[in-house]
Amino acid sequence: MERFDSSRPYRIHERVALRPEPFGALAYHYGNRRLNFLRAPELVALVESLGDHESPRAAFAASGIESRRWPSFEKALASLAASDFLVAS
Amino acid sequence: MTDLRIPSTPVPDNLVLSPVKESGLAAQMKAGLDAPICLTWELTYACNLQCVHCLSSSGRRDPRELSTAEAEAVIDELEQMQVFYINIGGGEPTIRPDFWHLVEYAVDHGVGVKFSTNGSRIDAEVATNLAMMDYVDVQISIDGADAATNDAVRGEGSFTTAVQAMEHLRVVGFGEFKISVVMTRHNISQVDAFEAMARSYGAQLRLTRFRPSGRGADSWHELHPTDAQQRELYHWLLDRPDVLTGDSFFHLSALGEALPGLNLCGAGRVVCLIDPLGDVYACPFVLHDEFLAGSVRDEGGFRRVWQESDLFTELREPQSAGACASCGHFDACQGGCMAAKFFTGIPLDGPDPECVLGHGEPLVEAADRTRRPVGQDHSRPVPVRFLGRR
Repeated sequence: MERFDSSRPYRIHERVALRPEPFGALAYHYGNRRLNFLRAPELVALVESLGDHESPRAAFAASGIESRRWPSFEKALASLAASDFLVAS
Repeated sequence: MTDLRIPSTPVPDNLVLSPVKESGLAAQMKAGLDAPICLTWELTYACNLQCVHCLSSSGRRDPRELSTAEAEAVIDELEQMQVFYINIGGGEPTIRPDFWHLVEYAVDHGVGVKFSTNGSRIDAEVATNLAMMDYVDVQISIDGADAATNDAVRGEGSFTTAVQAMEHLRVVGFGEFKISVVMTRHNISQVDAFEAMARSYGAQLRLTRFRPSGRGADSWHELHPTDAQQRELYHWLLDRPDVLTGDSFFHLSALGEALPGLNLCGAGRVVCLIDPLGDVYACPFVLHDEFLAGSVRDEGGFRRVWQESDLFTELREPQSAGACASCGHFDACQGGCMAAKFFTGIPLDGPDPECVLGHGEPLVEAADRTRRPVGQDHSRPVPVRFLGRR
């Protein structure tokens, strides 16, 4: 598996669905039948916006999320990419 | 409960807003979700087998079962609620004449399906069709690694039937189906054989806990694993995080490290059951009026039952640790399984009957067996008993 690289473009896997929940969202991958919890509304918005930006880093910058929190969000995105919820585009 | 693979830390730790760990994801789960994560739908009470541990006491079809149109309407609702997938069971669900139609209808509406079967209808042709369907997963039930052990629980010939179904699925290249085993006193020593069997079919092994539900209420006392056996199983499972358990052995987490999964009772919080009549229960193991939340036939349908019923609202409120409050392991085992307590006559805030610290057993012994609650029953009018080991 390729390492997550926040300077390259990513998007949500086409077989992943997001379901809004009070804590953020549940993400389900119809392909590998895995479930993920997106445990912050900001993370949900960020994930949904990935396809509109040339890289996750650019999505961070546009998101309004404080830069000191970026590393933790990047970790979450890397984890989503590792389970194929996000794919390099 | 759920076999969905849940990554251990999919989220940034600093996003847990409360300083208390309990207020994280587990608390969110306990407070309930807008829609279930894992919904079991028993499509019919009809079954060609009469397993001694059947959690739904199945056998005869009920004339009040949901019609095809009603079942489709339920699926429409699940689609709207974004229930990603459902577990279909029974009874033997494939007996319903509209079974394949409903599976296709669900998949076409974005609701994935895993269905449980004894394999009797999975012939070469059905297997071929299944292999071509996306979003459909098959789970074959067996309860012994050999015919003698299996058939004593599931009935004469049922092992051969199940193995033939697995063979058909393997031949057509279905891929990773599931082999599901309820752990009993007699098959728990066969876990390595089950593992080897799953490997030989390219299948995934699923081991679940025997609950004293349905006909299991009678056979449980004779068949549930011994304390020594469940300890062995705990270590065996810890070494094999890929073996699915439906999150059903969380009471064993009191032995130390938690097993993979949410480790909480999901009843009415993340899980529920729709029975063949459309009645909605808190979980698949409590088909009893006490845990009946409503019906999909009621005004407001399934959504209202899930989101507003008194029972589910109550189950989502903080639960008292009751008799377990003074036990240092309560955080690990959460008091165990509600269904297991209920059907063995233990108070719901008491210990699990199979509490690894031994707190449950005396209460099971003390409970008046003649006054144990009895759930609904669709057994055929023939005596059903464990055939013993031959």
